[in-house]
This record gives sequence, C-alpha cells and structure tokens, in this order.
Amino acid sequence: MLFTSYEFLGFAAAVLLLYYLLPGRFQWPLLLAASCLFYCFAGPDNLIYIVTTALTTWFSARRIARCARRQKEYLTRHKDDLSREEKRAYREKQKKIRFRWALACVLLNIGILAVVKYTNFVISNVNGVMAAFGREGRLSFLDLALPMGISFYTFQAVGYLIDVYRGAVEAEENPFKLSLFLSFFPQLVQGPINRFADLRQTLFSRHPFDWGKVSRGLQRVLWGYFKKLVIADRILTAVNALIGDTAAYTGAYVLAGMLFYALELYADFTGGIDITIGMAEAMGITLAENFRRPYFSKSIKEYWRRWHMTMGSWFTDYIFYPVSVCKPMLKLSRFGRAHLGNAVGKRLPVYLSTFIVWLATGVWHGASWNFIAWGLGNWVVIMVSQELDPLYARFHRRFKVQGKLPFRLFQVVRTVLLMSCLRMFDCYRDVPLTFRMFASLLTARNWHVLWDGSLLALGLTWADYWVLGAGTVLLVCVSLVQRKGSIRNRLRAAPCPARAAVWLGLFLCVLVMGAYGVGYDASQFIYNQF
Amino acid sequence: MEELLEILTDLHPDVDFETEEDLIDRKILDSLDIVSIISEVSGVFGVTITAKDITPEHFNSAQALYGLIQRLSDEG
Repeated sequence: MLFTSYEFLGFAAAVLLLYYLLPGRFQWPLLLAASCLFYCFAGPDNLIYIVTTALTTWFSARRIARCARRQKEYLTRHKDDLSREEKRAYREKQKKIRFRWALACVLLNIGILAVVKYTNFVISNVNGVMAAFGREGRLSFLDLALPMGISFYTFQAVGYLIDVYRGAVEAEENPFKLSLFLSFFPQLVQGPINRFADLRQTLFSRHPFDWGKVSRGLQRVLWGYFKKLVIADRILTAVNALIGDTAAYTGAYVLAGMLFYALELYADFTGGIDITIGMAEAMGITLAENFRRPYFSKSIKEYWRRWHMTMGSWFTDYIFYPVSVCKPMLKLSRFGRAHLGNAVGKRLPVYLSTFIVWLATGVWHGASWNFIAWGLGNWVVIMVSQELDPLYARFHRRFKVQGKLPFRLFQVVRTVLLMSCLRMFDCYRDVPLTFRMFASLLTARNWHVLWDGSLLALGLTWADYWVLGAGTVLLVCVSLVQRKGSIRNRLRAAPCPARAAVWLGLFLCVLVMGAYGVGYDASQFIYNQF
Repeated sequence: MEELLEILTDLHPDVDFETEEDLIDRKILDSLDIVSIISEVSGVFGVTITAKDITPEHFNSAQALYGLIQRLSDEG
C-alpha cells in the first residue's frame, strides 16, 4: 500500500479517526493492529520476518537487562565480602554473558536481512566467477521476496539491543510495545530510523484530541505530498527517459540527468519523510527528523550530517565508533605509529573505520556493485577532503573569502555537483556504464541540447518544466525561510484568511498539478526498495 | 591535562580548548576527530575509551574528557 495510493489515504484517515475516538489506553494497541494490517497488505507471509525480529530482540534484551540487574544486586549484596579483583572478575564474566546474548541476536537478525537481501547478489557473483574460469553450470537464483521495510526495522531492532547492552536504555517488558516500535506503519517503509529511548516518550502515551497538533501534522503531510506528487513524480518521466536510453542520451544529457535525479531524489525522499513525520505528528507522536536542508551543505561531510541523518547517526554510533575504538584497531594504530610513523598511525583507525562504514552504507542501500561503488566513492571524497584540510586552511589564510556569500554559494554548488556525480552509480545501476556516461559528459559537444528544446523530447512539456521550475523555487524559498524557524509556526501567527489561503492553495496545487493523468499508477518511493 | 590539551590543539589549532565547553554541540569536533582523539589518548594515557563512553557529555570540553580519562585510569 503506497503512501500515494487512494487505499492508503483511506486507511490513514480511518486509523486517525479511530485513534481519537478510542479511549487513550487503546491508542497504542490500535496502532499495533493497524501496523500489522498495513504489513499484511504487502503480503501476510512477510509477517513472519518482522515477528521473528521483534520476539528475538525482546527476549534477548530482557535477558541482557536481567543479567545486568543480577550483577548490580550481587555486587551490592557482597560489597564488603569481595576484593576489587573478584568484583572485576565477576563483572567481566557477566559482561561476557550479556555480550553473547547481544551478539547472537544481532547475528540472527542481520543474518535474516543478509539472506533475503543479498543471497541472489552472492549467487550472481559466484556464477560470474565460475563463467570467467570457464566452468559450466550455474547456481539458480532463489525466489526470495524482500520483506517490506526489513532494512529499517532490523536497524531499529539492532540499535535498541545495543542500547540495552550498553545500559543506555531500559529493556521493554511488553513484547507488543516493542513490536509497535519496530512496525509503526508510517515509519516502516522508509524510516526515519528511530531510537527506542526517543520514540517511547510519545509512542505509548495517551494523546487526547488536539486540533492544533492534528492540523500541524496534516499540514506537513500535505507538503510531503506536494514534493512527491508535483515535483518528484513529474520529473521521474524525464529521469527514466534519460536513464533508459544511454546510447542516445550522452554528453550534456548526463548533466541534465544528474541534476534532474538530484531534484527527484530530494523531493521523493524528503516528501516521503514529511508524510511519515506529519502523520505521526497528527497522532501526537514525535519521530526523529531525517533532513536539515542538505542541499545547502558546504562540504560532503556536512552534507552527510544533514541528509538521511538517522541512518548516518546509526552507522556512526553502532558501527563507526565500535569499530574505530575497538582494541584490535587501537593496537593497529600503535603498530602503525611505531613502524610507519605518527602520521600514518593516527590515520589508520579513521581510514579503516570509515571505509567499513561506507562499504556497509553502500551494501545497505542495495545488493549490487553500483551501490558498493557509490559508498566507496563517498569514502574517497570524504578522505581526500580530510587530507586537503591543511591546504584549505592555507588558502583561507591567504584569501579572505571564508564566509562570504559568493564563496558560500560556490561551496554549495560544488557539494551538490559532487553528490550528483556520485549518485550516477545509483542512477545507472551499472558501474562500467556509469564511468562511460561520466566520460561522455567530460567530452560532451552537445551542450546545445540543454536549451534548444531537446529536453522536451523526454516526456515533459513546457508546462511541466514551468511547474518543476516554480516548485523548485518554492522548495528553495521554504528552505531559506526554515533556517530562521518553523514555517508552520510563523503561519499560525498569520491572520486566519491568509493561513487558509496558503494551505488551500497548496492543496489545490497537489490536486491540480500532481502527476496523475490517465492511467496514473502511483510510483513507488525510491527508499521503499531499501 | 597538558598532554590532553596538546592532543586537542594539534587537531584544531584555532580552538581554545581550555575554555570551550560545547565542542560537540557546536560541531567543533566531528566523529573523525573523536576517533583520532581516542586513538591518541589510548597511546598517551594507556586507557581504553569504548564506544559506550562516546557521549557529548564526555567530549564537550577538555575538562570533561580529562575527567573520563581519570575515571578510566582509576578503574584500571
């Protein structure tokens, strides 16, 4: 059931209505039932995966918490009987038990994700290697359907379990509450990846009807639909045309494709997240923000702090830090300092850990080499820019341009272009083809196609380009104003007729300019496939 | 404390680590800096800062970080 389908609108409206009609204590059970129903629409067989994840995570977390509780009680009881060494040995023993529970559960759930998502990728590579060595026979692909939202709920489950293991959050006693945390239907399909400690604050509380909250949530939902239906789904036609015929659309067309895809991805993903967060907000539930005007970033590092923020912070907290500060890594760093010099030694943990993180980020995005190349491309750019820091510092000492508007604009454009170049791996879904297309851009002689009307052959009319242009200007203006605070808060202070005109205008825009048309088939959100 | 200030100043010579108390909240230190600091601290002070200890409270100021190092040293 896609967010842009009529079924979903009906479903969400019914849930919202029931949510406020029922007594407060039934609100979260209703959400759990609705989430199960929502999941069943994607195929009831898939329920087994999410139920397995929920139950194993709930059980393991409780065992870890019980072990920690026992340790505390034992040490308190024997405070004066045990020596410091005995206490330490006991703590170490208990820590090992907790670690084993956490590790087993993480391996099981990441294992499920790996099997359903990557088995066929591995098979295709094994077949490729066998063919390269002239071996006959091929392994057959398995018929494995990717359960909806598995990458997102698995990450939430693993994050929760590690937080319990670290003692950062208490284990949830109620398996149904934990199941709702993992399956809450607005966030299930494309995130954001929430933390239990944050989401529990509002997910299980009682929320009496509050028109202010409901209307604020619905306003954000409407803005999300505007981005998705008016901008992302409109430009999708041109993006598909450009990617679909790589023999014809080379050179300057590649630049057009890069920029169109940048716009599509932004409008699609942020639009989807707006719908998700807005819907939760209408029910009084606060989800983590996932974007902070990423296209205003002045460097790739900054961009990744502002784009898909919940995924970035998940990788930082649960992969980057544990890997980079683990004992073997610190030993390697010391070895590097002793044998290769201080400069190499201190870089080793950072380089290796970021490599692992970006490899994992690429793999998480999809089971294919193009995503791995995309992830490692990001790693290379970030590491190179890190190494160039002293050079930038010298440049800024010599030329006083830092912070000046033209230089800031240059930095923003540079970041958008760099990110768009890297996204070509995602766009063309084929590594050699991506390099060929990039080479064709560098040797392009057909720049005239950008203004001689050739872009009208991509399935978009002048009217479409006007709508896209106006929509993009609106996105930029909204982002500029947002830097000074919430637009919805500002609008609340405006007179009622002005406020009504704005929201009615936006609603009509979605209704009239949404990319429906004859035979309209709501297109999937890009991040649904992850 | 002197050694810690030296490690930090090496990383960001333009920051006054003796007075700055919002190193994380003001995004002066990023995740790559934190890993470099932990690696240096491990070599100089012989303590292991684990992922669990990486919180804004421990890294927002040189003083807080020094407190963490002392606590870990005491715990042995």
